[in-house]
Amino acid sequence: MIEGSHECQTCPARAQLEQMGVTLGEHDRLVALAGNPNTGKSSVFNALTGLRQHVGNWTGKTVTRAEGGYSYAGHKYKLVDLPGTYSLLSASQDEEIARDFLLFGRPDCTVVVVDATALERNLNLVLQVLEITDRAVICVNLMDEAKRKGMKVDLRSLSRDLGVPAVGTVARTKEGLADLVRTVGEVISGETKTSPRRAEPPEEVRKAVDSLAPMIERFAPGLPNARWVAMRLLDGDHRVRQALLSGELAELEMSQLGPVEEKSNLIALQGSQ
Amino acid sequence: MSQAADAQAILDRSDQLRRGLGDNVRDRIVESLYTAAEQIAGRAVDRGLERATSLEQRVDRVVTSRVFGLPIMLTILAAVFWLTILGANVPSQMLATMLFAVEAKAAAWSAAVGAPEWLVGFVWHGVFRGLAWVISVMLPPMAIFFPVFTILEDLGYLPRVAFNMDWLFRGAGAHGKQALTMAMGFGCNAAGVIATRVIDSPRERLIAILTNNFVPCNGRFPTLIMLAVIFVAAAFPPAFASLAAAGAVVGVVVLGIFFTLVVSWALTRTVLQGEASAFTLELPPYRRPSILRILYTSLIDRTIFVLWRAILTAAPAGAVIWILANVDWGGVSLADHASNWLEPLGYAIGLDGVILLAYVIAIPANEIVVPTLMMCYLSTGMMTDVTSYDEIRRVLVDEHGWTMLTAVNLMLFSLLHNPCATTILTIWKETRSGKWTTIGALMPLVIAFAVTFATATIWRALS
Repeated sequence: MIEGSHECQTCPARAQLEQMGVTLGEHDRLVALAGNPNTGKSSVFNALTGLRQHVGNWTGKTVTRAEGGYSYAGHKYKLVDLPGTYSLLSASQDEEIARDFLLFGRPDCTVVVVDATALERNLNLVLQVLEITDRAVICVNLMDEAKRKGMKVDLRSLSRDLGVPAVGTVARTKEGLADLVRTVGEVISGETKTSPRRAEPPEEVRKAVDSLAPMIERFAPGLPNARWVAMRLLDGDHRVRQALLSGELAELEMSQLGPVEEKSNLIALQGSQ
Repeated sequence: MSQAADAQAILDRSDQLRRGLGDNVRDRIVESLYTAAEQIAGRAVDRGLERATSLEQRVDRVVTSRVFGLPIMLTILAAVFWLTILGANVPSQMLATMLFAVEAKAAAWSAAVGAPEWLVGFVWHGVFRGLAWVISVMLPPMAIFFPVFTILEDLGYLPRVAFNMDWLFRGAGAHGKQALTMAMGFGCNAAGVIATRVIDSPRERLIAILTNNFVPCNGRFPTLIMLAVIFVAAAFPPAFASLAAAGAVVGVVVLGIFFTLVVSWALTRTVLQGEASAFTLELPPYRRPSILRILYTSLIDRTIFVLWRAILTAAPAGAVIWILANVDWGGVSLADHASNWLEPLGYAIGLDGVILLAYVIAIPANEIVVPTLMMCYLSTGMMTDVTSYDEIRRVLVDEHGWTMLTAVNLMLFSLLHNPCATTILTIWKETRSGKWTTIGALMPLVIAFAVTFATATIWRALS
């Protein structure tokens, strides 16, 4: 699918960023940081933001949320650290928070940190993130440990299979982070086109998705993940059902900035606490 | 058609399709994700040079094995307590000697400059003595126990403990992560209660909160260690004394875990029914502990924090004890009135009135039980400086008639009784429920009375 690049042409990143400049305070780009626990996600977050970070709670939840900022090539990035999760499917609080932020917060880019030594397990989350959002960069961390263990990770093959850039890093020594920051910038600006791989569901499920997705697309034209929404509905996901009924889902495409603004205000408020 | 009607139409259609698909849609979707992940990872990762089994994997195979996992865990625990007992004895005595010398000098000096007798008594023999006891009894064991425990934490051993105990908790109908919150409870039960936030299911979280009290927190370890040294170790030849003491403390911990499991099991069968939920537990790589961070976390964050809390409660408790011991009513001190009144209950559970009085005064913080006990005994008896374990033993056994039963039951009572005020407050903050807070406070107390009453009755019947 090439909806990712399509979306970027119709919604000029520039205009979006200008608007977001208001809502995000000094920041004009919003980046989410996702990943399994124990992948060095916090090291990546700390290395990128340094001392410019705030720690608070997700509204109404007991889950800690950290956010911070960094600058690159004339842009100010806001980085939101999502809870470390193995999946976005089951109903744990952490997974719900991460999923909702990706779906309704609509970050400009999502960095998924994965453990180079346990790629297969980590890719489950990556594939689920790519179902929701088009613009993502895979940060293959702990490259040094993989090397120490005698494993070779082919970033090109990974990037080709996933349809999004993959960058190798060693967050502890900051190796590869400059590359990561540049790649995120290029994905947001559209210099690097992404066309994420979406896992094909089994035959019968796909048929059901095929019949449901067009209805959703008619209902909310331009929604980048109609097939994912269809799949969630078939799985009986309450949050998505509710979002569909309340019109939240339709708003996502009608005013792409709406929810972002809302979330960003929240971020700004929490950040100032 | 309106938007709402469109939305409803989509939902109806999806429900219709869902019925056609059966109820394992989730499983099939997850399966396709796993297949894709496997393919992609297979293409991207060249494992050609990977060592068949790394050292880490081999260590994990032993440390988390069904056969060796739990014995290794208990051995490590025993080693930690043994180090603590072995190392804390001498510094404890030195601190006590020094602080009690300060008390005597300062009291004499205050009297010499003309301070009234009651003021000298209140400040130096009350407040200051309370502080002196807390510092000399608690500081040395904490300064050893916490750094060693933090090394285990930093090394990555605690998740392995959770892994080893998962099947036990699952069998009790509780969440496997409860093993982690239980481990946190060794530091402080209030911290353990807060740590239950990692458990998503409200039912399982409540079980973890209500049973956290059954692992002895740091505030209770000095009591357990002291009793183990004075009574258990004394029954063994000197060469094995400290080993026997460590074994006794481990025994108490194992008993606490046993009660945690039994009570969790009982709760899931009665008021908190339900199935244990599944979760992913990842064993993080072993990391080399960083010495500076360990020293900081264990000494500043934990030792000083806990000691400060103990000092804050010990000073007023010292004052209260002094007043109780020195204010007379009908020719008998208030402390005697109170302990005489509690005596029958204390006797029934193999303890005595003074011990129960100490537990009442120590509700704000368990740390001050032993200091309170010693102050109560010493303020009513001969005023001698008691600085070594031998002298404490003499006071308890010869002057106040303690027996092995007293020691065993005090260890049991210390393990099982109600949580301290801080923990109760934390339970309320976390549950926002008066009912569960009350249960969390009273259930352990009832269990403590029942168990100690049973052991006392059986003991007396047999001897």
